[in-house]
Amino acid sequence: MSALYVMIIASLLIAVAFLSAFVWSVRKGHYDDDYTPSVRILLDEPATKPAQKDQ
Amino acid sequence: MYTLHRETLERETSTKHTCYHCGEECKDEIISKDDHEFCCDGCYNVYDLLKGSDLCGYYSIEQAGGISPDKGYFNGKFDYLDLPEVREKLLEFTDGQLARVNWLVPKMHCSSCIWLLEQLYKFNPAVRSSVVNFPEKKVRITFEADEIKLSELAALISRIGYEPYISLNDLEGRQINKWNRTRLYKIGIAGFCFGNIMMLSFPEYFHLGNSGSDQDLRVTFGFLNLALSLPVLLYCASDFFKSAWAALKGRYLNIDAPIVLALLSIFGLSLYQILSETGPGYFDSLTGAVFFMLVGRFFQDKTYDGISFDRDYKSYFPVAVSVIKDGVEHRTPVTELQPGDIIFVRNAELIPADAVLLSPDAWIDYSFVSGEAEAVARKRGETIYAGGKQTGPAIELEVLRQVSQSYLTQLWNNDAFSKEKEDQKKTLATRINRYFSTIVLIIASVTFSVWFFAKNDPQTAFRAFTTCLLVACPCGLLFSSTFTNGNILSLFGKNRCYPKNADAVERLSHIDTVVFDKTGTITQSEEADIEFIGETFSEEELVIIKTIASQSSHPLSRMIVAELANVKASKRILVDYAEVSGAGIQAWWGSKEVRLGSAAWVGISSEIQKEKSSSRVYVSIDQHILGCLSIHIQYRENLPKAISELQKSSFQTYLLSGDKPTDTELLSNIFGNETNLYFNQKPDEKLHFIENLQTRLQRNVLMIGDGLNDAGALRQSNVGVAVSDDTNNFSPSCDVIIEGKQLSQLPGFIKLARAGQKIIKASFAISLIYNILGLTFAIGGKLSPVLAAILMPVSLITIVGFTTLASNLAARRIFKN
Repeated sequence: MSALYVMIIASLLIAVAFLSAFVWSVRKGHYDDDYTPSVRILLDEPATKPAQKDQ
Repeated sequence: MYTLHRETLERETSTKHTCYHCGEECKDEIISKDDHEFCCDGCYNVYDLLKGSDLCGYYSIEQAGGISPDKGYFNGKFDYLDLPEVREKLLEFTDGQLARVNWLVPKMHCSSCIWLLEQLYKFNPAVRSSVVNFPEKKVRITFEADEIKLSELAALISRIGYEPYISLNDLEGRQINKWNRTRLYKIGIAGFCFGNIMMLSFPEYFHLGNSGSDQDLRVTFGFLNLALSLPVLLYCASDFFKSAWAALKGRYLNIDAPIVLALLSIFGLSLYQILSETGPGYFDSLTGAVFFMLVGRFFQDKTYDGISFDRDYKSYFPVAVSVIKDGVEHRTPVTELQPGDIIFVRNAELIPADAVLLSPDAWIDYSFVSGEAEAVARKRGETIYAGGKQTGPAIELEVLRQVSQSYLTQLWNNDAFSKEKEDQKKTLATRINRYFSTIVLIIASVTFSVWFFAKNDPQTAFRAFTTCLLVACPCGLLFSSTFTNGNILSLFGKNRCYPKNADAVERLSHIDTVVFDKTGTITQSEEADIEFIGETFSEEELVIIKTIASQSSHPLSRMIVAELANVKASKRILVDYAEVSGAGIQAWWGSKEVRLGSAAWVGISSEIQKEKSSSRVYVSIDQHILGCLSIHIQYRENLPKAISELQKSSFQTYLLSGDKPTDTELLSNIFGNETNLYFNQKPDEKLHFIENLQTRLQRNVLMIGDGLNDAGALRQSNVGVAVSDDTNNFSPSCDVIIEGKQLSQLPGFIKLARAGQKIIKASFAISLIYNILGLTFAIGGKLSPVLAAILMPVSLITIVGFTTLASNLAARRIFKN
C-alpha cells in the first residue's frame, strides 16, 4: 500500500504545477482582456513596412 | 400656412457624398483631396496624418468608421498633464526613461480603432508600444518620457480622434485591475482544492478502505483534505467573511452572513470528525460551495465592467482649467483653484467653481445641474454657479469659492448620501432563511436528543444530527436566490439595463410609484422637431438661414442648424453680423438684410397665438417677413405608451422637472392630469418630494433621471434609475443604469423583477422538498453522510436548472416584441 503514498504525492505535485501555471498566466495578464487579442490576431500589420521613412 | 416637409428637402440633395474618413454624409461644402471626399477639415486632417505615417491600411479594414476629431480641442488643452503633481498620479509606472499610462478612450468602437491605436509608434517614434483593452475601452501606452511629454501624447491621440477621458477620479489614483486578478487567483485555488479533495474523498464515496489495514491511509487522506481546505476557507472565502463582518459591524445581516455561518459550521464539524477520527468530514462540500459561489459572482461582475454606479460630481468636472495670470494662460488642476483666480472657459466647457462673470455676457447651459433645457443669458458681474456649461465664445470669470465648497457640491452633504439603501433584513432570501435555519436547528437538536436520551444510541444520534444539518444546509436556499438574481441581472444586462446588484432588482419588484425627470429623460436634449410656418422657403433662403444661424451659439440656432442638416451651409463671409441677446441676429447676405429672432426683432408688433409649447424663430429678409420656424422639444419614442401602460398596471406616475412649465397640455395627457406635473423644482426640492412620497404616502418610489440635478432624488428614492445614452459615459450615483432607448421597456423590467421574486419563491419550494425528503431519512438515522453529500449537489443542480429556465422563459415572454 505504500505505493499509494508516492502516487498521492506525485498527483498532488502535478496538480500544483498546473495551479502555478494558472497563477503565472493570471499574473502575466492573460486574463485581463479576453476580447481584444481575438481581434488583434486578425488585423494585418501595416502592409508598407519596407517603405518606412527616414527615422 | 404651409408646412415644408423634410422629404422635399431630401430629394433636392439626392446625390450623396460620403466622407472618406468618417463615413458620414457630407453636408456642407466638400473637401476633395487625393480622389477622396471629406466632410470637414477635421476628417481631412486625420486622413492626412494617417497618410503621412503610411497607415492608410486603416481604411481597408472592414467596418472602419473614422472619428472626426473633437471640435472643442484647442492647443494647450492638455498642458496641465505636464504638471508634476498631475503627471505623477496619471503614470502607472516610470523608471525615469520609460513611462506608462493607461487611458480611457470612450470613442473606441470597432476593430479598426484597435488597429490604429496600436500603431501609435508610427506617428511618433517616442511611443514604444500601445496596447488596447477593448472591453474596458482603455489603451495602455508605454513611451520614452524624455522624448515626448504627456501633454503631447494626449494631443497626438486626440488629433486622430480618440481624445482620452481624464477625470478627477483618475487623479485620486483608483486601481481596480489588481482586484480583478485576485478574484481569478481565488477561483483557481478553490477549484484546485475542490478537485483534489474530491479525489481524496473517493474511497469514502464508495465505502472502500474500511478494513483495519487501511486505517492509516484514511487518516492521511483526512488530514490532506483538512490541509487542502484551509487555503479555501482562509483565502478564497475571505471576501464573504469581510462583507459579513462589515455588515455585522453596521448592525445588519447581509446575504453573506448565513453563508459564513454555514461555512464555519461545516468546517467545525469536519475538523471535529477528522481530529476524533470519527468520520471523513465534509471538506468536499465546503470547497465546492466556495468554488461555485466564486464562479457565479465572477460572471455576475463581468457584466458590470465599465459601469460605475457611485460616481459623484468629481467624475463630471474637468481636471484642469485655464487660469489667466499676468495675461498668460496656464492650465491648472481645478482642485488648486483659489478664490480670486481668473479663469478662462471656452465653448462647451464646464464651469468648475462658483464664479463671477467678467466678460460682457455669456450663455450658460444649466441643463446638467437644474434640468433647464434652454441656456440662460448672464451679464457681467453676475454669479455663475458651478456645473453650468458655456455655450458660445470663451468667457472670463473670477472664482468665488473653491471647487469643494460650491453650490453644486453641497448637494452631496445631504443625509440621503450617507445612508445605505440596502436594508438586508428585508430581502426575501434572508427573511426565509432566518426561519428556515431556526427550524432546521430545532429539528436537528430534537432528533439528536431523541436518539441520545430516549433510544440511548449516541452513535446514530451524532450521525443523524450532522446529516440533518448538512442535508438541510441553507446553502441550497441561498443558491436559489443567488442564482435567480444572477440570471435576472444578466437578462437585464442583455436588454441594456444594468441594476447595481440583486438587491436593487428586489426593490424594483416592490415599486408602486414612478417619478420621471423631464429634460434628458423623457425628452431628448439637443433634438427637436422644427416646423416651418409661413411662405415656402426656397433653397437659397434655407441656405441663408442655416449659414446665419450657424454663426450663433444660441441653443435655438443650434437646433435650427441641426434640423437643416441636409442643407448646404455656405462658407461665404457675412457682413455686419450682429447678435443681440434676447432678441435675435442680423446680418447682410450680399445686399440683403437678414434678421432671425423674436417677433419684435423682425418687426411684428404683436405676436399672434403665442403658444406655450413651442419656441418660435421669425425670419425676415429685407424687412419682408417670410414666416417662422416653430420648435418643439422631442419626446422619447414610445415613452407615452410605456407611461400609460404603467398607469394601467396601477402605478402612480409623476413628472418632476427643473425646467419651466412647457407642453403642459401634452404632458398632462400623458400623466393623467396636471396635478401630477411639478415644474421649477430645484435639486433639493426634488429630493424632498421623493422623501415626502415615501414617508407620508408610504410609497415605494422609482425615480428616473439623468443629470446631476437628479442625483439627490435618485439617491433618496427606493430605486434610482439613471438614463444614459452611453453606459460607459457619465451617470449620477444610482441603483440602475438604463440606456435611453430602452426606457420605454420600463414596465417590462418591473415585470421581470417581479417574476424573479416568484421564481425565487418557487425554487425555495423545490429545495424545501429535497430538504424534507432528506430530513425524513436523516431523522431516522438511515441516511449515510455520503448520500447526504450527494443529495446536496443534485438539489443544487436542479435549482440552478430551474431558475435559469424559468427566468429565461419569463424574460422571453415579457420582451417578446
